[in-house]
Amino acid sequence: MCTHKRTVIGLAVAALLAACATPLMRPQAPPQGLNLGRIVAADEIKAWDVSIPPSGVGLPPGSGSVKQGAAVYAAKCEACHGANGAGKPVVALVGGQGTLASDNPVRTVGSYWPYATTLFDYVRRAMPTTAPKSLTDSEVYAVCAYVLQLNGIVAQDAVMNAQTLPQVRMPNRDGFIDYSGK
Amino acid sequence: MKNESVNANRRSASPELRTNGPGPVDRRGFLTRGVQAAGALAAGGVVSTAGAQTRTGESIGVQFPSWMTTEGASMRAYGQPSKFEEPVKRLVGQLYGKVAEGAGASFTPLQSLRGTITPNGLHYERHHNGVPDIDPARHKLLIHGLVRKSLAFDVAALTRYPMVSRTCFIECAANSVRNTLPKAQNVACGAIHGLVSCSEWTGVPLAVLLNEAGVDADARWLLAEGADSASMSRSIPLTKALDDALIALYQNGERLRPEQGYPLRLLLPGWEGNTNVKWLHRIKLTDGPTHTRDETSRYTDLMRDGKARQFTFEMGVKSVITQPSGGMTMQGAGLYELSGLAWSGAGRVARVDVSADGGATWRHAMLQAPVLPKSLTRFHLPWNWNGAPAMLQSRATDEKGNVQESRSSWNALYSPANRLHNTMIQTWAVNADGSVKNVYA
Repeated sequence: MCTHKRTVIGLAVAALLAACATPLMRPQAPPQGLNLGRIVAADEIKAWDVSIPPSGVGLPPGSGSVKQGAAVYAAKCEACHGANGAGKPVVALVGGQGTLASDNPVRTVGSYWPYATTLFDYVRRAMPTTAPKSLTDSEVYAVCAYVLQLNGIVAQDAVMNAQTLPQVRMPNRDGFIDYSGK
Repeated sequence: MKNESVNANRRSASPELRTNGPGPVDRRGFLTRGVQAAGALAAGGVVSTAGAQTRTGESIGVQFPSWMTTEGASMRAYGQPSKFEEPVKRLVGQLYGKVAEGAGASFTPLQSLRGTITPNGLHYERHHNGVPDIDPARHKLLIHGLVRKSLAFDVAALTRYPMVSRTCFIECAANSVRNTLPKAQNVACGAIHGLVSCSEWTGVPLAVLLNEAGVDADARWLLAEGADSASMSRSIPLTKALDDALIALYQNGERLRPEQGYPLRLLLPGWEGNTNVKWLHRIKLTDGPTHTRDETSRYTDLMRDGKARQFTFEMGVKSVITQPSGGMTMQGAGLYELSGLAWSGAGRVARVDVSADGGATWRHAMLQAPVLPKSLTRFHLPWNWNGAPAMLQSRATDEKGNVQESRSSWNALYSPANRLHNTMIQTWAVNADGSVKNVYA
C-alpha cells in the first residue's frame, strides 16, 4: 500500500472517529498481512469438507436402498426417533404434511425440510448423537432413502446416491422466504 | 428458584412524592430522597453500635462478628463467588433428558444480576450435542472454498494478530420461549428471558483473515462450522463477515470458557445466538447458503400462512424489567427502583418506556451509560408502589426507530407453533400481597 493511500485512509478513520460521539473501534486490517495461515493442500481440505449444499456438490460415492435404510434405522435411530420415524423420545421424522398453516403445525423431514441434501449432511455429521460420524456414507444414503420413503417422498424401491439424492423434490421446497437481505 | 425480595426504601416514601395510582415517579425526586434516606440509615447505624459498648475488662472482640475476630482465608489462584451467592446460578434445561444430555440450554439468572456484563460462569449456554473438550494445540481454523488460497490457522498464530474488543449481547433465537406457550408460567425472569447475556469479546476481525485468504469475486456466503460432535454449522452472508464479525478468543478478558466455544468462536454482533458458531474450525466461502439443518429445520420462523422466514439473523428490539420480576416478593408499599435490560440487534437502544398500569400510561426510563450498539443497556426508573395491584411493563425503541412488539402484534404475525424471535413486551403482575408473577396482558 502506498504512503499516500495510507494517509488518506488514516484521515478517513480519524474523521470517522471524530464524528462518533462514542469512538468505536472498527475492525481494521493490519497494513501488511501477517499471513500466519498455513497453505492447505486439497487432500486435507477434502477430509474436512463434509458440508453438502442443495446442488449435491461434494456428495460422496456409495449408495443405499430403502430396505437397507430400514435395517440401519432399526439399529441406530429407532431407539430415539421411534418406530417408523413417529418420534419419542425425540422428534418425529415423519408426518405433518399439509399442517403448516394450521393452528397445530407438525414440522418433520416430510412436512418441513426443503432439501433432501440437508438430511444427508446432518445425519452424516451429527447422528446418532451417541456416536456421530460413525455411519458409513452408504449407511447414510440408506437412512435418507428410508426416511424419505416413510414420508411418501420416494418409492419403496428407491436408491439414494450422489446423483439421485439432489433430485428429490421435497414437499415444502417453496415454503421458505429468504430474509437474509432484509 | 428461591424467592428473592426487593429492597424497599420506605424511609424515603414521603407523602409528597407519591403519585396517584401505581405510576412511576420522577427520577430527580427519587435521588434526592435517596440521599436523605442514606443519611437516616447511617445515623441509625451509629445508635446501634453505641448500644453494644464493651464493659470494663472485656476485649472489643465481643462486639464484632466472627469474620472480624479470626484470620481470613488465604489467596487463591482462581476466585469464586461467596458461598452465600450459591443460589445465583444458571437454570439448566435439557431437551431430551438422558437420551441426549448435551442437547439443551442453561439460562442466565437475569433477576440476580445488575449492570450489563454477564459473569462468564453465568453466560447462557445452548448446545446441540454437548460441550467438546478441545485441545487448543490440536485445533485449527480452516478457511477454504471460494478463496485464492486455502489457509489453516492454529490458535497460537491467531493470538499474534492485532485484536479488537467488542461489548455485545448474544441472544438465542429461542429466548423467551416460555412466553410463547399458551399459559403464563410462574417462573423467574431468567427462566423466561435468560437466553441473553452480554460480554466484552476480544479477538481477530474475520475480515483480516478473509483478506489474507483472498475472497473470490463470486463468493456471497460462508459456511461456519463448529468442532463439536454435532458439527453445528450455519451459512452467513459475506457482507456480515466483512462488516463486524470477530473470531473471538477472549470473553471478559479471559480465554473463552469451553461452553462458549473454547478455543474460538464466531462472533456476529446483534445476530441470533446460533449463528455465533462455537468451537469454530471451518469457514467455507460459497456462492449461496448451504441450507444446513440448523437454518432449515431449525431456526426458521413459521408464520400464520404456513410459510417460514429463513435467515432472520438480526435480533429484534426488546426489553425486560429484571427487578422486580417473577417470583420476587415486594417488601410493602413504598419507593422502589425498577431496573431492567434493553437491547437491539439493529444498534443502540434509544428509549425505554415503563408502565405500571399494564400499558395505559408510560414514563421514560433513565438509560445507564454507556449505551453501546448491539449491547445490553441497563435502564432504571423509580416507582412508588402504593400497595395496590399493578402491572409492570417495559417497551424499548432502538435508534433505527424499531419499537418492541406488543403481545398481540407478535402473536398476530407468527404461527402458534413458532417459538423463535419472541420480542413481546413482558408483564409482571404485582399483587396486593407483594407477590410478583408472570402474566399475559
